[in-house]
Amino acid sequence: MTAGSNLEKILKSGHKAVTCECGPPRGADAEHFRHKASFLKGCGDAVNVTDNQTAVVRFCSLAASKILLEMGLEPVMQMVTRDMNRIGLQSNVLGAAALGIKNLLCLTGDHQSFGDHPQSKNVHDLDSIMLLHTVKTMRDEGKMVSGTEVQGRPQMFIGAAANPFADPQDFRVVRMGKKIAAGAQFIQTQCIYNMERFRHFMEMANDMGLTEKAYILAGITPLKSVGMANYMKKFVPGLDVPDSCIARLRGVPKDKQAAEGIKLAVEQIHECLEMKGIAGIHLMAIEWEERVPEILETAKLVPRPKVD
Amino acid sequence: MVIGESKPLAEILEMIKDFKKVVVAGCKGCVTVCNVGGEKEVAILATELRIARKASGNELEIKEYTCERQCDPEYIEPLDDLVTDADALVSIACSVGPQYVVARYPYLNVYPGINTTCIGGSQEHGVWKEFCQACGNCIIHHFGGLCPITRCAKQLLNGPCGGSSEGICEVGKGSIPCIWQLIYDRLKNLGHLHNLVEVKLYKDWSTSRDGGLRTMIREELKK
Ligand code: SF4
Ligand code: SF4
Repeated sequence: MTAGSNLEKILKSGHKAVTCECGPPRGADAEHFRHKASFLKGCGDAVNVTDNQTAVVRFCSLAASKILLEMGLEPVMQMVTRDMNRIGLQSNVLGAAALGIKNLLCLTGDHQSFGDHPQSKNVHDLDSIMLLHTVKTMRDEGKMVSGTEVQGRPQMFIGAAANPFADPQDFRVVRMGKKIAAGAQFIQTQCIYNMERFRHFMEMANDMGLTEKAYILAGITPLKSVGMANYMKKFVPGLDVPDSCIARLRGVPKDKQAAEGIKLAVEQIHECLEMKGIAGIHLMAIEWEERVPEILETAKLVPRPKVD
Repeated sequence: MVIGESKPLAEILEMIKDFKKVVVAGCKGCVTVCNVGGEKEVAILATELRIARKASGNELEIKEYTCERQCDPEYIEPLDDLVTDADALVSIACSVGPQYVVARYPYLNVYPGINTTCIGGSQEHGVWKEFCQACGNCIIHHFGGLCPITRCAKQLLNGPCGGSSEGICEVGKGSIPCIWQLIYDRLKNLGHLHNLVEVKLYKDWSTSRDGGLRTMIREELKK
């Protein structure tokens, strides 16, 4: 056990884990965030808090993670290397640990040209893989990037993201392996729609022994409508939404598309959970937190097990 | 070489709107090669400025000169005679040039007439592209001779990111190749893919501009 977070305990005990996601708002409205997060109570083993996702300014993941802790929800704090250099990043890791945050997801982050401040500068002093190594070294060796001793090591359960659907295809699993070598103990994947491609990715991960070194959580995002599916296919780089998914939603009347999307998500959850090497799912119901309980109930993933 | 781009004429006209006598100074170095600040461009800019000012009933007297190199004190000297009765100077050398002019003439108004964009090279006629950000410690040999610091939008040393799709970078609306795809392809061709398996750790940015202004001293060359 490294951090002793609930997520880590669940995974170590061999249960299939469930993580959810909750994005902070574009303002200081903590009530709004609490309201969205309240739907996730009892749903997952931990809740990811995004860090200015898609490079849009929101209240910071550290504050949002602290709010979740106060609500009795366990956060997975996300951190991107786009906005802070190694000084800022390490400082936030230490601060997060000091506040009792025990799960950390290290990302590079979306480029600022996609967000609401395309005129900004980006930092990229470190990339996600270097950040993983940084956190691991602070935790296990008590040393910062510079070699300075850490007084009070940050006990973090460290995670990373992986996109099985980007290119070059053969390298995706190798890159996930680099993340694991650098310090990732769990992986949350990009949203999966193309099951065949994902199965191939998992076969390679199994062959390389990566599923024994880290817990892989399959990323699921329910599609709300044909419009959303088309948008994801066309505009989100590195996402693979097969035409069959879109056709299925199109096959039902408009007012039934959301329900069909949820049905599809539940099927995808089951399909993923049956794959060798999958340790759980990461449910990203984007601005649809209120439907998470229903999805997980249908998938028979709640109530969540308790592990001490 | 250093690549530049002309500033819009309106912007230059606005800079010098209060002046009557202006020097336009070019450079025979990089900006001549990238067709933005050489003798020819000096003549074109001077003509455009004259015409525009004449049209607005506020005539402008312009002197033209193109330095051998505007980034060398001895080649700035020939400007001495031209600037004595000038109100301002517009330099269309790379942005090093106007700073050399500033250093020599404490009482002269100096304006940049081009935007210095990058260190790069020409791709085809009329097309230039960035290749180096002068990080001060070249590491491209780890990446098949291609620079991810300059050519990856996220400066990844452990790429490619999850947005690399069919060889195209997620940034740039489909117009820019993903350099990490090219690095991958090249190392694969060379049989060196194992180079990409090892985790690349922290870069020391102190040799870059992050370490403060850079000055290179070659003692053996100093007189
Ligand atoms: S590694 Fe540094 S010096 Fe070399 S090409 Fe890239 S930016 Fe320029
Ligand atoms: S798509 Fe390729 S070049 Fe673009 S940011 Fe990602 S790794 Fe870098």
